[in-house]
Amino acid sequence: MGAILTVQGLTRFFGGLAAVTDLSFEVQSGEILSLIGPNGAGKTTVFNLITGTLLPSRGKVLFQGHEITGSRPYESIALGIARTFQTTSLFYDETVADNLIVGFRCRTRMGLWDAVLQTGRCREDERRCRQKAEEILDFIGLGERASELARNIPQESQKRLAIALALITEPKLLLLDEPMGGLTEEENIGMMAVIQKVRARGISILLIEHKMKIVMNISDRIVVINYGEKIAEGPPQEVGNNSAVIEAYLGAGYAKT
Amino acid sequence: MNRRVGKWITLAIVVIAIIIPQVVTNKYYMNILIMSGIWSIVALSLNLILGYTGQVNLAHGAFFGIGAYASALMMLKLNMNFWLALPLAAAVAGVFGFLIGLPALRTRGSYFAIGTLCFNIIVTLIVDRWEGLTEGARGLMGIPGAASIPLPWGGEIVFKTMASQYYLVLFFLVLTIFVLRRIMQSLVGRTFRAIRGNEELAEAVGIHAMRAKLLSFTVSCFFAGVGGVLYASYIGFLSPEITDYHVSFDALIYVMIGGIGTIVGPIIGTLLFVTIPETLQVAAEFRLLLYGLILIVMIIYLPRGIVGWVKDLRGRKRKQEAVWGQS
Amino acid sequence: MVLFFQQLVNGIMLGAAYSLVALGLTLIYGILHIPNFAHGHKYMWAAFTSLFLVVNFHTNYWVSLVIAMVVLGLVGAGVERLVYRPLRDVPHINSFIAAIGLLLALESLSLIFWGADFRRFPTLYDTPIHIFGVAITLQRLLVIVAAALFIVLLQVFIKRTWLGATIEAVAQNPEGAQLVGISIDRVSSLTFGIGTALAAAAATLIAPIFLVYPTMGGMPNLKAFVVIIIGGMGSIPGAVIGGFMLGLIEALGGGYISTDYKDLFAFGALVTFLTLRPMGLFGKGVR
Repeated sequence: MGAILTVQGLTRFFGGLAAVTDLSFEVQSGEILSLIGPNGAGKTTVFNLITGTLLPSRGKVLFQGHEITGSRPYESIALGIARTFQTTSLFYDETVADNLIVGFRCRTRMGLWDAVLQTGRCREDERRCRQKAEEILDFIGLGERASELARNIPQESQKRLAIALALITEPKLLLLDEPMGGLTEEENIGMMAVIQKVRARGISILLIEHKMKIVMNISDRIVVINYGEKIAEGPPQEVGNNSAVIEAYLGAGYAKT
Repeated sequence: MNRRVGKWITLAIVVIAIIIPQVVTNKYYMNILIMSGIWSIVALSLNLILGYTGQVNLAHGAFFGIGAYASALMMLKLNMNFWLALPLAAAVAGVFGFLIGLPALRTRGSYFAIGTLCFNIIVTLIVDRWEGLTEGARGLMGIPGAASIPLPWGGEIVFKTMASQYYLVLFFLVLTIFVLRRIMQSLVGRTFRAIRGNEELAEAVGIHAMRAKLLSFTVSCFFAGVGGVLYASYIGFLSPEITDYHVSFDALIYVMIGGIGTIVGPIIGTLLFVTIPETLQVAAEFRLLLYGLILIVMIIYLPRGIVGWVKDLRGRKRKQEAVWGQS
Repeated sequence: MVLFFQQLVNGIMLGAAYSLVALGLTLIYGILHIPNFAHGHKYMWAAFTSLFLVVNFHTNYWVSLVIAMVVLGLVGAGVERLVYRPLRDVPHINSFIAAIGLLLALESLSLIFWGADFRRFPTLYDTPIHIFGVAITLQRLLVIVAAALFIVLLQVFIKRTWLGATIEAVAQNPEGAQLVGISIDRVSSLTFGIGTALAAAAATLIAPIFLVYPTMGGMPNLKAFVVIIIGGMGSIPGAVIGGFMLGLIEALGGGYISTDYKDLFAFGALVTFLTLRPMGLFGKGVR
């Protein structure tokens, strides 16, 4: 079907240090592509460069064939790119439901006058938000927790809520930054099922994750980066046997010759 | 609070508010009530940008003053009718809010607070020194009160008595509450709360933070202007002190002590701080000392104000919401 | 031409004063990350303290300066302990509010104790001396010299002593500092104390030039904030350079353009910086 996201020659300097160097890869429409690499390899920086939180020093980002380099985060949402954060980011003082309702705001059009005059558009938009929130809550399995405060729910539910929040913006591409951070074995399996459910909806996924078993299991393809540079790309089996990858993770002594 | 009980209490308060002037004829108390009404409008409008959108605006007094001076000048120098001057002057305050917001809202937290404070100072300085326009420190005198409204069946509503001025202020207070509440409870209000809660995340879910903050700020300044116009016409006299940053601090105190982020909070805070000093009858300095100490103690131990504290006592789980009804 | 040099000298003196006040403020901001709105009112109390000592006890001017620094330093540390420390982990807005409450309390206490009158600070150094046709009183010269001295001393303290190093450590990375055993509580109190003491020094130096009255702290407070925004919040060189920049802008603007609106220059400068470079000269940028 073609690439939904293309990253070309992406480079970012912080002072004299290159966090990402000449990185190029594609996310095919409908696939789950994992971005892996040792700690500090620059993976979250790549996410930030794609969504516009950071500006690239060089290089391009293309979404569905159109260049979007440097668009700001809220513009990315309008285009159809959503993300989660490595440290779970939620509206902690709001309920689970309220978190999601405001997440759908980007797909509504009502403005100040609609609110003051309680126009039809206002009521329609609010109805759509609630409906969508219910739907996503069901999808993600948090229906029971709808009226709990986000700060009071367990960590695994918080991780789910973060994904739900990204999902409710109706993205075509979802960037997940370590969705399984801090979860138990059992919770990992649950989360994996969620991710596969999301893909089944036709949403392409770019995933950062450290848990190798999961990555090998769930990915269609993998891109490996180290010190901001790509060192391998391909289906899980290939990458798993790649000597450069093994060296990067385990050190030179383990590489197969 | 049970929603039905809440509605009955609201009704009771509205009824009391309407019949008060018929029962209380003492001018002194009426004056306190009218001033409370005016300051409540100011506090409620500050609450929108401060409590709901989370930006610490310390220039609110300047916009109050701009609204007051704008309407006074329109009525005195352009012979404009009160009912035309009011929306226009409030709009002037709103426009200033928008223009100041454009550079100021690109900053956050401490920078925004200081920037607005300095803007407040600039306004006070200009009002004080530009004698050609504002009569400077001498002040503007003889500002007309609300003009009478002719009735279709002959006769007119005149705003000369204390009671009628009270109703005028009450009308605008109710209008302000009505409009602000609708905003706060709508998706627009949710957008503001999202920015207060986690601005980075709000942007990450597609909210244009700058636009939302500007909107909140402009509306907030508009209603501050409304308060200013009412003040100018009630008192009949203006001097540059009315734009001073102490006014901004006062509004801040009313909102914080009453209960930030709620509708009732700012009103309670205003009532307390306008009525109690009158009954205490101590020198201004001691009152100021008391305010300062109360503020410090409250912000450490009861940061969400009186209303917040009451809600905590009732074991409410939600943090910030309007008292009457929610999603 | 003489006017230019006269204003230049005035500007340098003003700049020295602003720098000293701003230094205390920027030090405190570096640690606490909140602007201490009440800084100017502690400055005012320092002026009254030294005035009180000099007038009522005929203390030597320099001795009273030191005493004022010590007293206000302790007050500063006390304020940190009682007011700001409980608010360390809650949203910053609460600390602003507390600072405002403190400001009101300090101002009203001053009104109660000293009354609203404007007082003159008696000084031995008000004979003017003439250098290259420019008239300057010894007091003003002293301000410049003393300020320079304090700035140098502060730099030495921060860079060369262990205590100074702990302050830098906490400012840069509170968690890391704690991990190596530095007590954030102690460093916060120390920093607050030093910052307030610097303001006290500035106050005592300047008081003889202008008048002493309870609301005298308001303007220097705001100007100090303008300085640290121009210079970059938390940056010591920024406070110094920003202070002198502001002093010069005010003196030259006031001399050449308008004395009526001279205070506006400060705030005009602020608005410009906030719009174009909000992080100041030495602050760090975003994105």
